[in-house]
Parts: sequence; C-alpha cells; structure tokens
Amino acid sequence: MISLTLHIWRQNGPDDTGRFQTHRMTDIDPDISFLEMMDLLNEQLMADNKEPITFDSDCREGICGTCSMVINGRAHGPGHLCTTCEVRMRQFADGDEVWVEPFRSRAFPPVKDLMVDRSAFDRIIQAGGYITVHSGPKPEPNANPISHPVAEEAMDAAECIGCGACVAACPNGAAMLFTSAKINHLNLLPQGQPEAISRVLGMVDQMDKEGFGACTNHAECQDACPKGISIKFISAMNKQYVKATLIEPNERRGRLESQ
Amino acid sequence: MNLDARIPDGPVQEKWSRHLEHAKLVGPNNRPKYDIIVVGSGLAGASAASSLAAQGYNVQCFCYQDTPRRAHSIAAQGGINAAKNYCEDGDSVYRLFYDTQKGGDFRAREANVYRLAQLSHNIIDQATAQGVPFAREYGGMLANRSFGGVLVSRTFYCRGQTGQQLLLGAYQSMQRQIHDGKLTMHTRCELQDVVVIDGRARGIVVRDLITGEIRSHAADAVVLASGGPGNVYFKSTNAINSNATATWRAHERGAGMANPCYVQIHPTCIPVSGNFQCKLTLMSESLRNDGRVWVPRKKNDDRPPQSIPEDERYYYLEERYPSFGNLVPRDVASRNAKIVCDDGFGVMGEGTRAVYLDFKDAIAERGRSTIAERYGNLFQMYEDITDESPYETPFRIYPAVHYVMGGLWVDYNLMTNIPGLYAIGEANFSDHGANRLGASSMMQCLADGYFVLPQTIGDYLHDIFRDKVSTDHPAFSQHEQDVRERIGRLMGIGGTQTPLSLHRKLGETMWEHCGMARTAEGLKQCISDIGQIRDEFWKDLRVPGTADGVNQPLERAGRVADFIELAELMCRDALERDESCGCHFREEHQTEDGEVVRDDERFGNVTVWEYTQKGSPHIKHEEAIDFDLLKPMTRSYK
Repeated sequence: MISLTLHIWRQNGPDDTGRFQTHRMTDIDPDISFLEMMDLLNEQLMADNKEPITFDSDCREGICGTCSMVINGRAHGPGHLCTTCEVRMRQFADGDEVWVEPFRSRAFPPVKDLMVDRSAFDRIIQAGGYITVHSGPKPEPNANPISHPVAEEAMDAAECIGCGACVAACPNGAAMLFTSAKINHLNLLPQGQPEAISRVLGMVDQMDKEGFGACTNHAECQDACPKGISIKFISAMNKQYVKATLIEPNERRGRLESQ
Repeated sequence: MNLDARIPDGPVQEKWSRHLEHAKLVGPNNRPKYDIIVVGSGLAGASAASSLAAQGYNVQCFCYQDTPRRAHSIAAQGGINAAKNYCEDGDSVYRLFYDTQKGGDFRAREANVYRLAQLSHNIIDQATAQGVPFAREYGGMLANRSFGGVLVSRTFYCRGQTGQQLLLGAYQSMQRQIHDGKLTMHTRCELQDVVVIDGRARGIVVRDLITGEIRSHAADAVVLASGGPGNVYFKSTNAINSNATATWRAHERGAGMANPCYVQIHPTCIPVSGNFQCKLTLMSESLRNDGRVWVPRKKNDDRPPQSIPEDERYYYLEERYPSFGNLVPRDVASRNAKIVCDDGFGVMGEGTRAVYLDFKDAIAERGRSTIAERYGNLFQMYEDITDESPYETPFRIYPAVHYVMGGLWVDYNLMTNIPGLYAIGEANFSDHGANRLGASSMMQCLADGYFVLPQTIGDYLHDIFRDKVSTDHPAFSQHEQDVRERIGRLMGIGGTQTPLSLHRKLGETMWEHCGMARTAEGLKQCISDIGQIRDEFWKDLRVPGTADGVNQPLERAGRVADFIELAELMCRDALERDESCGCHFREEHQTEDGEVVRDDERFGNVTVWEYTQKGSPHIKHEEAIDFDLLKPMTRSYK
C-alpha cells in the first residue's frame, strides 16, 4: 500500500481562473488504476460533503480517447504508450507528490476541473477527414488489392484515438500529429485518392482556424501519443500540403469550398 | 400490446428482397421535410444517422460523450463476420445463418437472422469503401481469422481494433453529413424521456450534461441506438458510462422489453483484482485461435504454471469438446470456466478465480514474432494491467459480463411496438437469441444502421406526411416537468450513500444470483435484495452540488435508478423462463455433464414485458418463433 499527496487542478467553469487543491490519499493498492484511485478520492470527498472532481473517462481500457489528464507534467502521465486510464498506481512510489492538470491548449477550452472541450478535432474531420461514399452496394474489396505494407501503414495512422495528448504535450499547442494521422490514414489508401488533395488542404486550413499552433519539430507529440503514432506522418502531410497548393484551384481533385 | 412482427411471406431466403420490393418509400424531394432523431452514436447509431442524412432526411443525433467517435463500439477488438467464403472452407449465407441460430440456441427469429447473414457481405464492402484498413495478406487480399462456435474462417479484422476502425468509418461519414448541414450532432446530452403523442413517438427530452438544461426535441421518428445495459452488474466490460436509461424510459412509455435475462458473460477477461474495480477488461476471443485453456489437474495446486508438467494439465475444453476445442461458443467456454473453478481447480491468485490461457505451444510452433503481430496489443494491454508478460507466463482469465442479447422488442422493420420508435444495435433484442457468437455484434449494428433501417423507415414515414408536431405541443412541457421533478427528487434526498456505492451493491447481488448460473431460489433472493437497494436508494442517496451544471454523480444516480428497475425485470424474466438456453443457465435444467436442457414446448418463444405503472408488476406477453428452415436441435460442440 502506498500514500500520495495529490495536487489537483480545480476550475469551476471556463470563466474561473482555477487553482490547485491538495488532497492526501493513504492505503492505495498499487494494482489499481489511476482513475480508480480518482474514483476513491471522489468517494472520500463526497463523504466529507465536498464537491467531487470532474474528469472525463469512459472505456477505461485505452481505446475511446476520453480520459485526458496531465500527470506530473506529462500528458497521460508516467509510462509509455498508454492513456490516463491505463496508468497503474504501481508506477508511483510511496510518499510521491503528484500534480494533476487538464490537457491545456488555446483550442481546448476548459469546461470544469480536468474536463476540456476537444470539439475542434471533430471540425477538423468535418473539413475533409472522410471518404465520400453512401450506404449501398459497393465493389468487391478484393478487386482492388492493397499491399500488406500499405494496409499496415494506413492502420498505423488510423490507430489514433483522438485524445489530444499530442496537443497537450506540444510546446506550441499544435495538432499536427492528429491531423496528419487522419490525413495519411485515408491518403495512403487507394480509396482515399479521389479526395486526397481537397482533404489535405481542407483539414490543414481548419486546424489553423481552430487556433492550434505550428510544428517546430519538438517531437513531444510522438512521445506522448498513447498509440505511438510517428511524426513521419507530419512530414508526409507537409509534403502533400505543399504539393496541393501548387496545383491550380480548378484542377484540384475532390470537393472544395469554392466549388 | 401489438406484437405483430410483420415478417414478410415467402421462403426465408426471399423475405428481405420481397419486403424491399413492396415497402413504401419516401421520395428524395420529400425526405428533407422529415426530422429523425437518433440516440447514440456507436456503430448502429452512427451508421444509421449518416445513412439517413445521406438519403436527404434531417437528422439530429445525440450522445453523452464529447464526440460521437468515443461510443463504446470503439472497444470491440477481434473482428466482424461475413459469409464471403474467401478461405473456400465451406462458408455460405446459410452456414452463417445456421451458426448464428445454433449459437443463439434457437431463440432468435429466423427471418431476422437470415437477413443478417445475407447483408454480412455488404458491410465489408461498405467499410472498405470508407477506408477501413482491414488486415491484408501479402498478395493484397483481405485476411480472415476464426472465432468461437464456428468451423470456418470468416472474421475480418483490423489488428485488435476492429471496432475502432469500423466506428471511425461510420463517424467520418457522419462528419461529412454534418459538414453538409444534413446532420446535427448534440454531444454531451443524455436522453431523459421519450415523448409519445397519440400513440406515436414524437420526440425526446434530454439533459445537457454541461449546462444542466432540460431540452425538448421533436421529430417524425425516434431511433434508439443506445447500446446495452451490461452495467447493471456494476463490473462489466462496458464503458463506465454506458447505461440503460434510453431503453428503460422508452419501456416506461410503452415499448415492450424482450428477453432481458439473456446476458452474455464473456469467457476471456482479466480477473477481478480488487474491491474498488468498476471496470473489467476483455481480452479478445481471437486469442482462443492460438491460446490453449487449462487448469491444473490437482485441486488447489499452487505451483507456478511453468512447473506444472504437461500430463498434470487439464485442457478441459479440448477434452470435453474435441471438435470445437478452445473455440467453443462463449456461453459454453464461460460456463466451463465456472465449473472447473467451482470444483476447486481454478488458479487462485490473490483471492481471485481464474483459468490459464496459454500461448506456450503457439509461440513454439509459430514463433514469437508471428504471435506478436497477431496479438501484440492484447499482450501489451494485459502486461500493463497485471505486470505479467503472456509471452513468459500464461494469461489468467475469468468470465465477465459483456453483452446483453435482450432489449427492446422490434418488428422486422426494427420498429418497437410504439409507432415511430425504432431500436437498433444492442438496444434491440432481435438477432442473437439466447447467446451471441463472437464477431456478430458489429455485424448486426452495421447491418441495422447501414442497410436495414434506412430502407424500412420510409414504410412508416410516408404515412405521416404533413402531420407535424412541434415542441410547442403541451406533451413536451409535461415531459420536461416530469424530468425536472425526477432530477429534483434525486438531488433532494440528502442521505449518506453515493450513487457508486449503491450501484456496486446492485451489481454484487446481480452477479451472484443472475449471472452465469441461476436458480429459482437465488433469483427470488435477488429480487428481494433489489427491493431493499431500491428503498435505500430513494431514502439514503446523496448527490452533491447542483443540477445546473456538470454533475457526474447526478448522471450516475439517474442511471443507477434505471438499472435498479431493469435488474428486477431481468430477474423476473430469468425466473419465469424455467428452462436453460444459451447463456441463460438454470441449474434446475441441466444434463448430467452440465449442458443446458431447453424446453422448446413451453419456451420456444420470445418473452415480451409490458410496463404498466410504477410499482405494479409487468404484464408478460409471448411471441412465438417459427422454425421453417432449421428445426431446433440439441446444441452440441462435442
């Protein structure tokens, strides 16, 4: 069993300035998860007639991308390739001080305590992160073979869970790892080709409009990404973007705002 | 209660095509005049919402998550079935139908199951066109793996994240419709009531989880795609916020609840490790392709697994079920794990019950790298949680609540008995009978959302053309008032127990008495426990803060209140179904070696429950099941 001192960010809505609040937790089973420890803390707070800490979580198995805490200055906390919900208490030592904050970025407005608004990511997808197909009969997939390495690389990009750790970890608050993963997932595949140009232009422009910063090669995003998505996708995106801007607007493939 | 399933005439193989030929349609020019509400944005909800919007309807979609991409379908790991017969191993539409019917222990409607098998091809084609990166072989063709309860390889997959990729495909299609203005997404909203006016579903009342605002939305049809109620058991593999509120409210407003006692307990989950755990983690069934399940032959053997010699290991699935071996269906695998643990052969680690799932032979035979490519992320996940590497020591696994086959009763068009109210995906009861086979839930969700509902909803809508109701109708303000009163009641109890602690109590008694094995006595005990928990809940609950903003304990309190009601109905359904079938195992009805004994004479039917009024018992109805193509037989995997 271990004991910890927790400094947790409390902020009662977007207009509040926010502050750290300190709690002491004792007798923590090292096998429980960090969020189970937070559940226990909330039970304690409620027993003491205090307001529990608001935080986002859902699947608690590292795939939905809902949980979002910066623990001791690191997005998703200690460990590598894991989300906040996958952090176990055995990763802390008895007597540790732990600082817990929300994912901070200009483009992720605070909601309450550790909860933020990440809807900017949805709007980036709306700007082109899809293949236009309606429901109904489609061609036989094996009529269009996709080589194993291409399918695997597309899957490497597609594994993104949209949690926003890349943004929280970036000194510039850039969303380039997220945006490039989404673009490359589709642009690597033959099915994604008809809209490839409008996709990269639309999504990059929307990313800028949302107020995310620019990439200056810190690579913190790759380190924080729970799915290990590589920054090679950022350079691939940049290359596609530059190429796309060189094509005359009326010769660009796919749907564009101006058409 | 009108329980006409409206199954089309003709041979089973032709029912769906004939139905489509004669279904009434709404023309493209008129579709923009209809509003449709979809509640839930998982595979069923997202596929339905995007398909309906693409057809031209005005769609409003609601989810409690911060974005539709996070619905719990995302956690489905292993794969999705389709009768493509790519492996030329004898698969066909009929074989998929046969496996699903047999897997469900002959408690599902033939017509629905056959349609599901027919549509399975289209789902793979549709998802591939959307850019879902299914695993490919080196020649570029789609790859397959096997799942439990079948003798063919028909499961398509994207590593261990098939649900994520299929959901992202549907989510991306939704985002496109949002961009085009055909679909409006309401995130962080939870359904509080379904509004029924003159016998038709006309809208919903929701609570905005950020502002606490209670809001009405009117529509011409309401589609519930809100998932299943596995969290009744507190500990389950479901996302912690998954709930039954939408389906239960619909039930209280008159929708029939069918077969609520059919609960699937998934055999391969990480065992419970402590009292504070609220979430159990599933390890994909695909692991049983290569892993071998065993326990020590000696009772209470405390040697580490590596030092137990081969002849002292009891590979109980391979011995008892030689033809299916480790790939028996989920209900059989779970029940056998329970039996060996009950008999004292379980692996006892720190007070938990478990059996081994061993990859030693597979690693020796195929090499560590092949196993890593197939299951690497699952091995990693297990190691992160338990601090043990499955490459070195076998997985310790135990069954956990995973999926509920029962749900809202629907007809062939997926409409409940309330005209205009539809239920799709896990929220309905239709396709899996008393046990669902692996890799079939995603198939059903996407068949419902992409191909069935978009083609059957017109049959209802075309009739109500120009018959509009707006939120100005007094029924909406009445429903809003009911919701506010209910929330006020929850906030005002001022007791001492938290929603989580009461939820845990409910889960404990349900797992004990309404889990993998049930008895009449246990179920009666459970109903009485639930009554006591209900009293405690409404007398001693404490919800902190106010209802005017983010209040997560309040959200949970509302969900637990509905779980309590549903739990009682599940027990009653289990009690009255005095037979064993599929996942529903009544200890009174078993063979000498512990297999289920069905009673087709008395229970070859669907039980549908009608809500009467608060505090009064439900009324029981039955829908007979016809077996034209496949007569019920004793289900054997020996």
